[in-house]
Amino acid sequence: MREKELATFLQNYKGRPLKLMEVCGTHTSALYRAGLRQLLPKTVSLVSGPGCPVCVTPTSYIDKLVEYAFTSGCQVMTFGDMLAVPGSRLSLAEARDQGGAADFFYSPEEMLEKAQAQPDTTFVLAAVGFETTAPVWATVIKEAAANNINNIKFLTALKTMPGALSFLCSKGRIDGFLCPGHVAVITGSKPFKLLAEEFGETMVIGGFTQPQLLRAMVRLVLESGRGQAGLWNEYPSVVKPEGNTAAQAITSEIFEPGDAVWRGIGSLKDSGLYIKDKYKSFDAGSRGLNEDRIPAGCLCSRIVSGDALPAQCPHFGKRCTPEHPVGACMVSSEGTCCITFREGGTI
Amino acid sequence: MKIALRHGAGGEETSKLIHDVFASHFQNEILNKMEDAAVLPEITGSPVFTSDSFVVEPLFFPGGDIGKLSVCGTVNDLACMGAKPLFLTASFILETGLEAEALEKIVVSMAETALEAGVKIVAGDTKVVEGKGGVYINTAGIGVRPAACSISATNLKQGDAIILTGTLGDHHATILTQRLQMETSLQSDCAPLNHMVQAVLNAGIDIHTIRDITRGGLATVAAELAEASGCRINLEEEKLPVSEAVKGLSGILGLDPLTMGNEGKMLLAVPAAEAENALAVLRTTKYGKESVIAGEATEGTGVNLLTALGSYRKVLPLRGEGLPRIC
Repeated sequence: MREKELATFLQNYKGRPLKLMEVCGTHTSALYRAGLRQLLPKTVSLVSGPGCPVCVTPTSYIDKLVEYAFTSGCQVMTFGDMLAVPGSRLSLAEARDQGGAADFFYSPEEMLEKAQAQPDTTFVLAAVGFETTAPVWATVIKEAAANNINNIKFLTALKTMPGALSFLCSKGRIDGFLCPGHVAVITGSKPFKLLAEEFGETMVIGGFTQPQLLRAMVRLVLESGRGQAGLWNEYPSVVKPEGNTAAQAITSEIFEPGDAVWRGIGSLKDSGLYIKDKYKSFDAGSRGLNEDRIPAGCLCSRIVSGDALPAQCPHFGKRCTPEHPVGACMVSSEGTCCITFREGGTI
Repeated sequence: MKIALRHGAGGEETSKLIHDVFASHFQNEILNKMEDAAVLPEITGSPVFTSDSFVVEPLFFPGGDIGKLSVCGTVNDLACMGAKPLFLTASFILETGLEAEALEKIVVSMAETALEAGVKIVAGDTKVVEGKGGVYINTAGIGVRPAACSISATNLKQGDAIILTGTLGDHHATILTQRLQMETSLQSDCAPLNHMVQAVLNAGIDIHTIRDITRGGLATVAAELAEASGCRINLEEEKLPVSEAVKGLSGILGLDPLTMGNEGKMLLAVPAAEAENALAVLRTTKYGKESVIAGEATEGTGVNLLTALGSYRKVLPLRGEGLPRIC
């Protein structure tokens, strides 16, 4: 069987030792589920990158949301994962326990109706995400403007991948990248190709099913093992060179690039998206949230850069668990520490 | 006619609703007496008693409705203990604005399902609250099993074969597509499974454990059984039955059929030597035609899945909310 042959190739890889990175949180989880991570030989280490939006949100952003949760007349709304992310003092969930107004939504679109139904409440929406989520937020903001829904505000922490990848490439410690498939659907393969060429890196865009992941991982091990630089698109059914131009257009209609702080990494030039002047009345003060206080001993910053594995963190599985997270990587179902805690371990 | 608060006030309108809708469809000699409580005949064997509430949204879905679900849920919980279901109660909390026609449709569906399962609905209650036309149903059920029967979640033993009675995730996927207003061929698998279980018991097979695979899916059910019994459950990915429609949907939405619930499928654990025999019996029943042996219980803890690639991965119970109001 072809798939089993590919799996055997990975298992029996005898080339130079490789340090590979899967950038996207969904890949981290999918690699466990497909049984692929478990197949890799000891010479191939697979580290996780900064591809979970919750994990890279700095504490000052959470603090700002907590502040809104305690502001009279305000209701903070966020994706569920965000509620448990520790701020410098409180998480939103803790704020809620103390009487703050914070809740979660299933989809940002539903908030428009809610805001219209409750005109006396100002809804502050935590707009986090990457290139994949930005078009959704752009559509919601545009709709809010078109329908004069002025009691809905957005605290954005939207980030873009090329800036983060460029930073990781510049450190030169990774032999090959499994690039985020969903992001590439939107951005196209071009930005990744440019990075691969600029830094002489091996990059492979991969999908999320077992056969797609297997193909991408075999390509990544094969090419990085040979030291071949370049971009291979192993998700060609949906990733085109130019990407989704309609999604790109609405994103750039509403947002403009700006510097952004990535939790544990620091500020990266033009790696964030901010609401443009034309729509600034919808911005809840998203710029300048740069302070990032990492709890003592927490290795999140080294983990999202691929410099450390979750199990190397002194808090991992002890003080820090999905029920009581210390660092952001333990919070989200796409966070490396959370996934490793739940899916990893010996079998 | 829409249900209003007066229908739950205990006066004439309540009596009329009970008479026209509930009593006319749930006819049997015990209920017909319309006493404050049902007097049941003597039961020989160990009485088995359970209760379940149903809040599914939407009320009607391909393959079933909240009424059918409310009978199947309690009947199947009794069957999971190896019991023959005998009597049910049915209590309704209706929201104002509910169409009386919709209520009658639900009640008819309950009566038909009760008839198929061979249980009698012998008592009930109705309340009305302000709302938007919703319905909530609680059913409680009494069944009987032989005093010597030892079917239990704690009775799973090393060496047992793990049998699944059909495809995973159908009900969950159906409810999800209804909420997303997607047109698909999906149907809920909602069904009363007591006759299927009885057929295996009648064949003299020593069933150790039965669980219906409901909320949380196979992953959650298997994890609970592994913990309760102190065994490890090994499942084989390539043997897990999943329909093409569910595979397609879960692929698109990033869901795992292992954590998607059913309302008409069971996990049975039987000694390995009796597994083929059990399978043969199951496949002769209405709801067990696609039964498979999907794994085994071994020494250890937790649930592992042998992937199609030949590696093992941990199978984790559902975490978080999954899909709320699925049943």
